Amino acid sequence: MKILVPVKRVVDANVKIRVRPDGSGVELANVKMAMNPFDEIAVEEALRLKEAGKASEVVAVSIGPVKTDETIRTALAMGADRGIWVKTDEAGIEPLTVAKLLKKIVEAEGPGLVILGKQAIDDDCNQTGQMLAALLGWPQATFASKVEIGEKTIAVTREIDGGLQTLDLDLPAVLTTDLRLNEPRYASLPNIMKAKKKPIEEKPAAELGVDLAPRLQLLSTTEPAGRTAGIKVGSPAELVDHLKKAGVL
Amino acid sequence: MADHLPTLLFAEHDDASLNPVTARALTAALALGAPVHVLVVGENARPAAEAAAKLAGVAQVLLADGPAYAHRRAEPVAALGVALAGQYGAIAAPSTAFGKSVLPRIAALIDVMQVSDVVAVIAPDTFERPTYAGNAIQRVRATDATKVLTIRTAGFAPATEGGSAPIQPVDEAGAFAGSRFVGEEIATSARPELTAARIIVSGGRAIGSAENFHSVVEPLADALGAAVGASRAAVDAGYAPNDWQVGQTGKVVAPDLYVALGISGAIQHLAGMKDSKVIVAVNKDEEAPIFQVADFGLVGDLFQIVPELTAEIAKAKG
Ligand SMILES: Cc1cc2nc3c(=O)[nH]c(=O)nc-3n(C[C@H](O)[C@H](O)[C@H](O)COP(=O)(O)OP(=O)(O)OC[C@H]3O[C@@H](n4cnc5c(N)ncnc54)[C@H](O)[C@@H]3O)c2cc1C
Ligand SMILES: Nc1ncnc2c1ncn2[C@@H]1O[C@H](COP(=O)(O)O)[C@@H](O)[C@H]1O
Repeated sequence: MKILVPVKRVVDANVKIRVRPDGSGVELANVKMAMNPFDEIAVEEALRLKEAGKASEVVAVSIGPVKTDETIRTALAMGADRGIWVKTDEAGIEPLTVAKLLKKIVEAEGPGLVILGKQAIDDDCNQTGQMLAALLGWPQATFASKVEIGEKTIAVTREIDGGLQTLDLDLPAVLTTDLRLNEPRYASLPNIMKAKKKPIEEKPAAELGVDLAPRLQLLSTTEPAGRTAGIKVGSPAELVDHLKKAGVL
Repeated sequence: MADHLPTLLFAEHDDASLNPVTARALTAALALGAPVHVLVVGENARPAAEAAAKLAGVAQVLLADGPAYAHRRAEPVAALGVALAGQYGAIAAPSTAFGKSVLPRIAALIDVMQVSDVVAVIAPDTFERPTYAGNAIQRVRATDATKVLTIRTAGFAPATEGGSAPIQPVDEAGAFAGSRFVGEEIATSARPELTAARIIVSGGRAIGSAENFHSVVEPLADALGAAVGASRAAVDAGYAPNDWQVGQTGKVVAPDLYVALGISGAIQHLAGMKDSKVIVAVNKDEEAPIFQVADFGLVGDLFQIVPELTAEIAKAKG
């Protein structure tokens, strides 16, 4: 069974982003980029399934403009077998469009499982996996924290409000990862070297027959109302006085 | 014209009762300006439907009740949403684990780009939503005829009671055989629920163990009548259950009072709590970033400060 892992190139989680003063968006020039952390978890899970003999091949796919291949290369350095780069002119392709492009790749590749991140930490949409599952007519399990694969089915424990839920899905299926699924490995130097020779197939998005026009018109991007630091208090008793005055006790 | 059509709001509930986030999402749904129908889907879910019918401003409650909807698996629930979609100008749900799983599935099947985590309704087609862990607010106009929205409920006041909407049964919209419910581990607690609580006490990595959550964090929460939350580090370490996680990728809360104990204040944590009315931080590092958002800070060892604070609160409430 082949596993397809869609990985997104995003601003590194440790970077404090800046909103452009003219409201046109977030400053992306000279900002450190990285693989979306939930996608690292997805790659790791796919690799573990392969190492356990449950999968034959792990294919990383990313949709984006120049330099997106760096992110695919990161997946290859972790251990993925090959990459597919769906090339676009710009970044910021909407989840609905990403899901439609991924559907084309799924139809061409025929994976038994697609593992995505639950959420991209730039747009914070939390949509793409569910949309892809819907378009394919496949079952889905979002927010996976444990996966047990069988012959034709997969049991997935999910982090939901209030606790955990386990679902059993027929394969092929779509999963999205939550933080507790695993701890992704670091790529070792030899594997980084090896990854340079692994193939990345390039497909121009325009050739996949999907309308790339956005459906959401971005009117403005602004900084949220800030908070200012308050005061340090000397003791618990003093704190309680302040809380009483603030009317929150 | 789609914007003359009513709005369909998915209720968040557990069949027996309505989750309070529904009343908050209703406020957002009403802001679209069209009549709101609340859809209650589940098995033996009439009590939740009756509670929804009492919310002021609801024009109608739709009740889809049957074994196909037990545990609200995403696939059959989305199929129902798709079957109903043609009659609605907008489809909305609170941004809960359920809403996040189901709504994108509906959106894709009716070829609509969803607007996730709406924090403000500017016009029936224009919304604000946070991106980059809440560090950039986007204002977007949705150009699809039907709007599909998940609502970040923390910022909307709950709709009041006082309504008496009719409850209309709706037919099943086809079963889905590809997935099965196996089991659930849902914690029950006498404490208020995180997303509905007026006061929250959260613990971070510094709490050090699940045992310390019980012996240090929970007594303070109980003295305050508060819900308990946690940072990702505390959840990852197994000190606290996953559904206590507050932050960019956990729960987003905005209580009257948020008390952060031994939490450094990483942007991903702040994303989940920085809209709280009053923030208190206890941290031994006076440079911890949490103090930049805290109204009141106590610098010191939490294991000494928290028991004292618990006693002071008990005295004040005496
Ligand atoms: C993709 C992604 C998603 C994430 N999502 C979330 C999320 O949703 N929520 C979230 O919280 N985090 C999230 N994080 C993690 C986040 O970046 C931080 O790592 C995390 O919030 C740190 O938790 P902490 O503050 O408990 O631990 P630390 O950063 O280790 O802070 C511990 C604090 O305790 C203080 N301390 C230690 N001992 C004591 C003592 N005895 N008394 C008083 N103070 C003491 C220290 O000074 C320190 O400030 C995410 C990260 C990524 C990459
Ligand atoms: N441009 C992209 N290329 C590849 N995968 C993507 C892309 N955008 C989103 N994804 C996948 O979809 C997941 C959820 O993204 P989102 O719905 O945008 O929050 C991510 O974690 C990725 O696995």
